[in-house]
Amino acid sequence: MSAVRCVDLCKTYRQGDQDIKALDHVSIDIAKGQFVCLSAPSGGGKTTLLNAIGGLDIPDSGEVYIAGERIDNLNKGELADIRLKQIGFVFQAYNLIPVLSARENVEFVMQVQGVPSAERIKKSTAILKEVGLEGLEDRRPAEMSGGQQQRVAVARAVASRPALVLADEPTANLDSKTADELMALFTELNEHHNTTFVIATHDQRVMTYAGRLIRMLDGRIVDDINQRAA
Amino acid sequence: MNIVFRLAWRNLWRHPRRTWLTTGAMVFSNILLVFMISLQFGMYGLMIDNALQVFTGHVQVQASGYNEDKKMRQTVPDIIPLANSIRTTLNSETVAARGWAFALASSEDRSFGIGIYGVEPEFEAQVSNIPGLVSDGRYLETDNAAEIVVGSVLARNLHVKVGDELTLLGSGLDGSFAAAVVNIVGIFDSGVNDIDRNIAEIPLRLFQETFFMEGGGHQIVVVGDGLEAVPAIRSTVQSMLPDDSDLVVLDWDEIQPGLKQAIQADMSSSFFMYLVLVILVSFSVLNTQLMSVLERTREFGIVMALGLRPGRLGRLVLLETAMMGLIGAILGAAAGGLLTSWFTSHGLAFPGMDEMAARFNLPARMYPEVNVLTLSAGPAVVFVFTMLAAIYPALRLRWQNPVDAMRVA
Ligand SMILES: Nc1ncnc2c1ncn2[C@@H]1O[C@H](COP(=O)(O)OP(=O)(O)OP(=O)(O)O)[C@@H](O)[C@H]1O
Ligand SMILES: [Mg+2]
Repeated sequence: MSAVRCVDLCKTYRQGDQDIKALDHVSIDIAKGQFVCLSAPSGGGKTTLLNAIGGLDIPDSGEVYIAGERIDNLNKGELADIRLKQIGFVFQAYNLIPVLSARENVEFVMQVQGVPSAERIKKSTAILKEVGLEGLEDRRPAEMSGGQQQRVAVARAVASRPALVLADEPTANLDSKTADELMALFTELNEHHNTTFVIATHDQRVMTYAGRLIRMLDGRIVDDINQRAA
Repeated sequence: MNIVFRLAWRNLWRHPRRTWLTTGAMVFSNILLVFMISLQFGMYGLMIDNALQVFTGHVQVQASGYNEDKKMRQTVPDIIPLANSIRTTLNSETVAARGWAFALASSEDRSFGIGIYGVEPEFEAQVSNIPGLVSDGRYLETDNAAEIVVGSVLARNLHVKVGDELTLLGSGLDGSFAAAVVNIVGIFDSGVNDIDRNIAEIPLRLFQETFFMEGGGHQIVVVGDGLEAVPAIRSTVQSMLPDDSDLVVLDWDEIQPGLKQAIQADMSSSFFMYLVLVILVSFSVLNTQLMSVLERTREFGIVMALGLRPGRLGRLVLLETAMMGLIGAILGAAAGGLLTSWFTSHGLAFPGMDEMAARFNLPARMYPEVNVLTLSAGPAVVFVFTMLAAIYPALRLRWQNPVDAMRVA
């Protein structure tokens, strides 16, 4: 069964008197455990596609399936449940909750899921250590650098071990060493827990980690390479 | 701690000044409400006490129908023994028998039609404040002495003073001619013109002889330990009356129905004022919560994107409001209670109130009455309206799309 399947997705934005096709008949099928990189120039439709896959935004037409379940016709509450249980998000802007500390941000999803506190603390401690934020657990977002906030956002996305991680430019604010560490973490999760990754990026190095590289341009898929097989 | 609860609490203190301003509005209005309502209840209590302590008392035994018609022949037979036995049963001195008749009172040069009460000199002071209001001379002392006390205005109108004689002319129980000559021993001044001009009191036994009452009278007045005691007294007295008797036991509200109506009218007019106050406060809450929801649009987008259902987010806003409302209610009730209690023990006087008070026969100081009801009524209503005001901001979230929300800077 596919982890993600999109059939003929279209999404048009109106800007002034111009129609912008952010998604132009996009169909993809991502198998469980795949590590996919989505690459496109700025404005190419990466974020729009990730949002459609995550049920954050409803496409104008087409169908989206997550783990075999059709989600583009669900209501807001049902979509929220799907995201809560199956998907980890890293947003393009790190989007942390300002009133919560790094640890509380990481625990947030688990807390809403109802994970008991002992387990939450164990998991959040471990994951924050892995992204190199040991000792910064109690800082609020405003007290951290952009790169640190980004790593909190990554930790939050993967802490609850979702089956699918959607990451939008996760390395944008990181130096190459930290970026490599992050990708190592992703690869490890992918290999050991069979987590499916879809990562939108400009970053050439990130693309080298990917098993599959999908290139987009103006809302269309122009290239789809299976790198591992190659 | 529950995550929604924790978020709500943190969010509340994100803009402490704004939260305190809104909470302050609630506290202020709650203090005002507690104080005003307590004052009002204190005033009602006072109004009732004042009105009842002149003649009415809390409970009266009368012949049935007497309350409406006031006919001379609607008597309570053997009234003095009955009053005695009520006194014994209730183990209370605050029971007194009376008769009531119209008569023409004549001095040497003038005559006026007045109402005459026949009273038990020994007990009347326990149920009425008239004996204590004698400003000249003394009150009645002996059971059947030919003595009378008259109101100050009546004394002036009749051109009489203490020591002068009055002639009373009227008709007796059987319709025959009734007359007595009595000595003025005291003049009372209640401050209420109607009473001071139209009322005189003589001993009950003299009254019975003069008006051929054959041991009867018209009312037995009982005063209890506050209005709360009225139903119990009433049923005790009721059970003492023989089954075949034509007597009824009435409470103060039946004897003086205007009193409760006046209070109710006053209450509904002040209710309107309170409502305006409460609505103003709710608008300030609506404004605050709407602002705080709007400025957090992006954040709400994030938590929705992470998988928090919009409904739960709505509850978050309601919870924040409830916390704020609870702080406002508790602080307001506490501060209002303290302030009001201070006035309860020290009394409250407005400039110019002496004059007003004298005119309406009220004491010069007001004592608000603090109780559970006066403490909680205002804050509870403010709380409910506060929650109502948060419903719209909370519901707005349901229509919010996470992506649009996150795009907001
Ligand atoms: N809410 C919106 N309203 C109008 N146009 C939009 C909106 N969101 C996206 N677009 C347009 O849709 C197109 C695709 O946008 P999208 O954000 O998916 O690109 P992207 O590949 O993520 O770009 P970037 O690398 O800069 O993040 C762009 O032309 C963008 O201007
Ligand atoms: Mg983007």
